[in-house]
Amino acid sequence: MQRVIFEIISNRALTEQVYEMCLAGDTSAITRPGQFVELSIEGLFLRRPISVCNFDEGRLTLVYKVVGKGTADMAAMQVGRKVDVLTGLGNGFNVEVECERALLVGGGVGVPPLYRLARELVARGHKVSVVLGFNTASEIFYEQEFRSLGVDVVVATADGSQGVKGFVTDAIRESGVEADYFYSCGPLPMLKALSQSVNIDGELSLEERMGCGFGICMGCSIQTDSGAKRVCKEGPVFKKEEILW
Amino acid sequence: MVKDLSTTLCGVELDNPIIPASGTFGFGEEMSAVYDLDILGSISFKGTTREARFGNPTPRIAECSSGMINSVGLQNPGIDTVISRELPALRERFHKPIIANISGFSLDEYCECCAKIDKEEQVGIIEVNVSCPNVHNGGMAFGTSAESAAEVTRAVKAVTTKPVFIKLSPNVTDIVAIARACEEAGADGLTLINTMLGMRIDIARRRPVIANKMGGFSGRAIFPVAVRMVYQVAQACHIPIIGCGGVATAEDAVEMMMAGASAVQVGAENLRNPYACKEIIEALPQVMERLGIERLSDIIGCVK
Repeated sequence: MQRVIFEIISNRALTEQVYEMCLAGDTSAITRPGQFVELSIEGLFLRRPISVCNFDEGRLTLVYKVVGKGTADMAAMQVGRKVDVLTGLGNGFNVEVECERALLVGGGVGVPPLYRLARELVARGHKVSVVLGFNTASEIFYEQEFRSLGVDVVVATADGSQGVKGFVTDAIRESGVEADYFYSCGPLPMLKALSQSVNIDGELSLEERMGCGFGICMGCSIQTDSGAKRVCKEGPVFKKEEILW
Repeated sequence: MVKDLSTTLCGVELDNPIIPASGTFGFGEEMSAVYDLDILGSISFKGTTREARFGNPTPRIAECSSGMINSVGLQNPGIDTVISRELPALRERFHKPIIANISGFSLDEYCECCAKIDKEEQVGIIEVNVSCPNVHNGGMAFGTSAESAAEVTRAVKAVTTKPVFIKLSPNVTDIVAIARACEEAGADGLTLINTMLGMRIDIARRRPVIANKMGGFSGRAIFPVAVRMVYQVAQACHIPIIGCGGVATAEDAVEMMMAGASAVQVGAENLRNPYACKEIIEALPQVMERLGIERLSDIIGCVK
């Protein structure tokens, strides 16, 4: 964990509710895809945890959905503004798993951390398939960004307005994607359905309301097969078999 | 400009009065990666019970204006694991006497935990959280009546040798009566205040934000309440007080001490700023210089 003052270099809407914020600053504490950062927002007591969509030396990309006051305030932030950020939080995805074909499954605002993950898996020479689920066509974001990485992309929408009609599990079945390991981030019902429908090993990134974000308050604890764990510290990424549904 | 920040709690000497409050610092493991723990006056560790507890369902946290509500539900690994695993690990990272925060749901539980922790050399002070519900008395919190708070105090004092501080709940009509009852029952000191009972509602979903509906409100918003209660109790009692509640700056710490606190705990602020205690300790000498204070202990209870 490191506290860094970042400067906003862009902040734009990708859909009606989803925004992409790029920030300049020291990203050296971020070591794995799937980690998150916490932004201090003026007028709010607690920091807001946001997953890391991408990072390079000196540059951080966050893709977030406006769901409350904190994220609404973020969406209104102007270029040039300084933001106090705790970086390098959480464990992140394990990209060193031995697998030939990786399946990445994202639902809605669970999609962003999979972007960096896809980049790293591609760089390691893995074959990567990405399945992205949204409610409707107007909520789709980052499809082109994933395609630009040269990975297979299947999009599903619940209302059928674009891509496969149905959930990510329907899209996986219909497209016949083959993989020997999966990574996923999205709403809990999606993660549950996915875990129970695929018979390969994998890991899931969970979301929970947090107090501190670095393991001291026990605000985000979940029960796992090996006892209580903190989503912010031992997580947010857990192995499929750890989760008690 | 060499300022004397030291203070004393019942013979336990602290290099400075700043102590992370129980539940906002775990057992020090995570925070030892943020700064050298030895800069702290002491550490009050995570509230510990007889058995391991997972605590309450999530969400456990709610944002509030200038504060937060938590309903963690005393998640902890249990007294035996704390002694066998957490304390030895903490001993490697922090080389001063610690404050052992103990909770219980019955007199038996308080006594068993306190008797065990009393034998641990690194424990300087036992801090008894009386805000827990008494399972043998309809779930009424021990700390909400003078009689039951005194009863816990007497029971714990009978099985311990170290200084016992009772951590009082602010959710009472007369904090002074309860503080006096604890003092008369043999308490060596008092910590106040614990969190205030609060609640938030998600107006879009028409349901409480927190799974447990209500929880403990803490953070900057409660600071004036904490100062008032520390002041009232300091006027009425003769035992040392650890002031706690909404402290976020060195000025807050000074204010708390002027109200009557011999030491100061920093709680919720640690969650939003992991460097809070370090920054307060570093700022104290400048604040003292500005206010003409040479020895911090001189200002304890200076406001009459």
